[in-house]
Amino acid sequence: MGRDRSRLEVSAGLPAKVVRATAFAIPAIFFAVFFFYPLATIFWEGLGSIGISKLTELLVSSRNRNVIWFTVWQALVSTALTIVIALPAAALLARLRGKKRLWLRGLVTVPFVLPTVVVAGAFEGLFFRLGLDSGGFRLRHTVWAILLAHVFFNYAVVVRIVGSFWAGLDQRIEEQARVLGAGKLRVFWMVTLPRLRPALASTAAMVFLFSFTSFGVVLLLGGPRRATLETEIYRQAVTRGDLQVAATLAFVQFLFVLLMVVVAIFLERHQPTPTGVATGNPKPLPKIFVGANLAVMFMLLGLPIALLVERSFAVGDSYGFNHYQALTERVPQLPASSVQALSNSLAYAMLATLLALLVGSLTAFFAVHGKANLPRVLDLGLTLPLGVSAVTIGFGILITLDEPPIDFRTSWWIIPIAHALVGVPFVLRCMVPVMRRIDPQLREAAALLGASPTRARLAVDLPIVGRAMLVGAGFAFTVSLGEFGATSFLPRGPDTLTAPLALFRLLSTPGELLRGQAMALTVVLMITVTLVVVAIEALRDREVAFL
Amino acid sequence: MTRAKHWHLDSVTVRFGDVDALCDFSLQVLQKELLVVLGPSGCGKSTMLRVLAGLQPPSGGRVLINGQDAATREPHKRGIGLMFQSHTLFPHLNVAGNLGFGLRMANVGTTARAARVAELLNLVGLSGFEHRSVASLSGGEAQRVALARSLAPQPALLLLDEPFGSLDRVLRDRLATDVPEVLRATNTTALHVTHDHDEAFSLADRLVVMDQGRVLRDGSPEDVWADPQSVSVAKFLGHKNIVKRGGELEVIRRDAATVSLTGELTGTALKSRFKGDHYELLVATDMGDLCFRVDRAHTSGDEVRLHINPSRVAKLNPNP
Repeated sequence: MGRDRSRLEVSAGLPAKVVRATAFAIPAIFFAVFFFYPLATIFWEGLGSIGISKLTELLVSSRNRNVIWFTVWQALVSTALTIVIALPAAALLARLRGKKRLWLRGLVTVPFVLPTVVVAGAFEGLFFRLGLDSGGFRLRHTVWAILLAHVFFNYAVVVRIVGSFWAGLDQRIEEQARVLGAGKLRVFWMVTLPRLRPALASTAAMVFLFSFTSFGVVLLLGGPRRATLETEIYRQAVTRGDLQVAATLAFVQFLFVLLMVVVAIFLERHQPTPTGVATGNPKPLPKIFVGANLAVMFMLLGLPIALLVERSFAVGDSYGFNHYQALTERVPQLPASSVQALSNSLAYAMLATLLALLVGSLTAFFAVHGKANLPRVLDLGLTLPLGVSAVTIGFGILITLDEPPIDFRTSWWIIPIAHALVGVPFVLRCMVPVMRRIDPQLREAAALLGASPTRARLAVDLPIVGRAMLVGAGFAFTVSLGEFGATSFLPRGPDTLTAPLALFRLLSTPGELLRGQAMALTVVLMITVTLVVVAIEALRDREVAFL
Repeated sequence: MTRAKHWHLDSVTVRFGDVDALCDFSLQVLQKELLVVLGPSGCGKSTMLRVLAGLQPPSGGRVLINGQDAATREPHKRGIGLMFQSHTLFPHLNVAGNLGFGLRMANVGTTARAARVAELLNLVGLSGFEHRSVASLSGGEAQRVALARSLAPQPALLLLDEPFGSLDRVLRDRLATDVPEVLRATNTTALHVTHDHDEAFSLADRLVVMDQGRVLRDGSPEDVWADPQSVSVAKFLGHKNIVKRGGELEVIRRDAATVSLTGELTGTALKSRFKGDHYELLVATDMGDLCFRVDRAHTSGDEVRLHINPSRVAKLNPNP
């Protein structure tokens, strides 16, 4: 008791300005050193040091042109496919209420949070099990495998965002159209679809961005000859060691991402929130529609996961735990055992989560309560890390932080820092909308009841924001567990081998035993992530924000 | 001979879970009448309209349109218009797009459509509003656009679900005179539901009072007001003086009393309130406290003698 009070007095005694400046300095320095400085270096390397003429020369080289073209093309097709396939499920989600709704939302979200290497592993398993790895119906190492995995991944984005938006649309407008003489299909085309446009547009921007910067999936499922900007940066930097070309490509990539982020922010800002309250008794959907939806979900989302689990137990022609047992032993391809990699991952994830929470909540505070133009600047500046690919972050760190005074390249510390960098945007996306929504009148009411500004903030904001923080922490944790793009640029050793890296190694080396072990590791990683997601779903506010 | 059009809800029941929104509910609407259904919030009025429009399938009973069972007729093929309480204009279309929607569904050509839209806008007093966006309209304008939109495809029956409920008093009064005029000008049969008895009395050709999914009273507005028949209808219409006299329940209208030295009813003034064109007098009598509209002020405690006009007293059914 006594100690607590004295501490309060000390902190109350400190000039508010000093506290504020320190609180601001922590995230500012973090982003400056680990994000903006590496990013600026990439620009310098990519643009400054080689000159415009070299840049254009690189860009018109047919290989790079093909890479850019393929990156854009596959992202566009992935986006279109995802929306078309997931829209019926969004309609289903919009009509469901109560428990069923929570279940559907929860289940479709699992694929979205699975690490990319896990998804790639699941599809590898699927292709081998169904005999699609070779022959006439070969899917392995084709563009179809990439598209399929992207739909698998982003299905949840469409279902959740469009579904929530749809549920908020006033159904009486549809009924009005019916009464005015429109049949069901015409109502959908002429009334519902145009009203869904804002949600569809921002969803499309998101899915496009995710597919554009997809790394693990393309690297593993696309095969050695297919490259997007992401995998090409990796190939040039890590495999070929040509940092200049890699930097140029990263710069090009950054420009695309910047454009998409600006478009996404614009669309989000101009997204009118639906005014109608979801009606109490939505009309039941036809059974065949529900059935067809469930069938698609099972084929697309359930089957890869089910077959993955089956493959992890398959030993020759029978089943057993052999692959799981093998996880404890080190194979020559890896610097440590898979179990060791898993425990490394968990430790890094915890550190990264703490770091992301510290930086994220301080940033969120200034983004919401900052003075003058600070909130607007932060809003824009911090959506950027969300869009900038993990590969760019990893590559940036690789080429900048390799010499004193901050030579992190050989130290394990850089891994949780990179993971936190990738996780911070998720923390922000969870906290900022909730903090913005807190009614200032609540704080005023607390003040009128005699609370000082600080106490009012603690008493009112903390309980509300606390939950959002926990959800953000959950996301940061899962992101770190599955992080692959940035980690693949960072030092490798027994201490720094993470589970996704181990998985990548196992998957990309031929051999049935290694593949079996990869499947087992995939299952373990998937279960860990799923548990975290279930915890998030239990904690999160119902419909506050997507992330 | 063409038979007049008519719509009939025949013993319709609608059940939501354990609650009956409509219970064995029967109602007839005849061509060219303006029928008003009056009832408190949550009494099943809106459900009744949704059943008629085909948006809500009944759990029991039948809907007949011109004598034919309409169970399998989809909402867009019933020729019934519906106007909701909040205007439900299509936010992605401008005023002309909204007005022309029903015509487009009926495959009316562009030129004919534009002409009809202009005509309707003129009818509701919004000429030249074609290219305005829906968001730029005031509440009253939006409601008038919604009315015009419902009228555009010339529905044989127009259902109005508390169409003025969301508007302020002044606008409501204005639309309450405008709407019947428009309906009569377009020869539209209409079924209007509301919880506001002033609105009901000023609009109705025929008035139906309902509560808890059942019809309580059906008649001309004058008859219903003068003779509510049951306590619940009397109370809902705003009658305050429900008394027991000679073993029978009666309702004494507020305008039944005149202050007179020879009045047969004596009492003590409790409260007197200035109401503009009259004073509201609360008086304690041997029948209980009664409320009357009188032409002068009283001080509380005054002795009052009142004459009661027997034609403004009605017997009530003892069963509520």
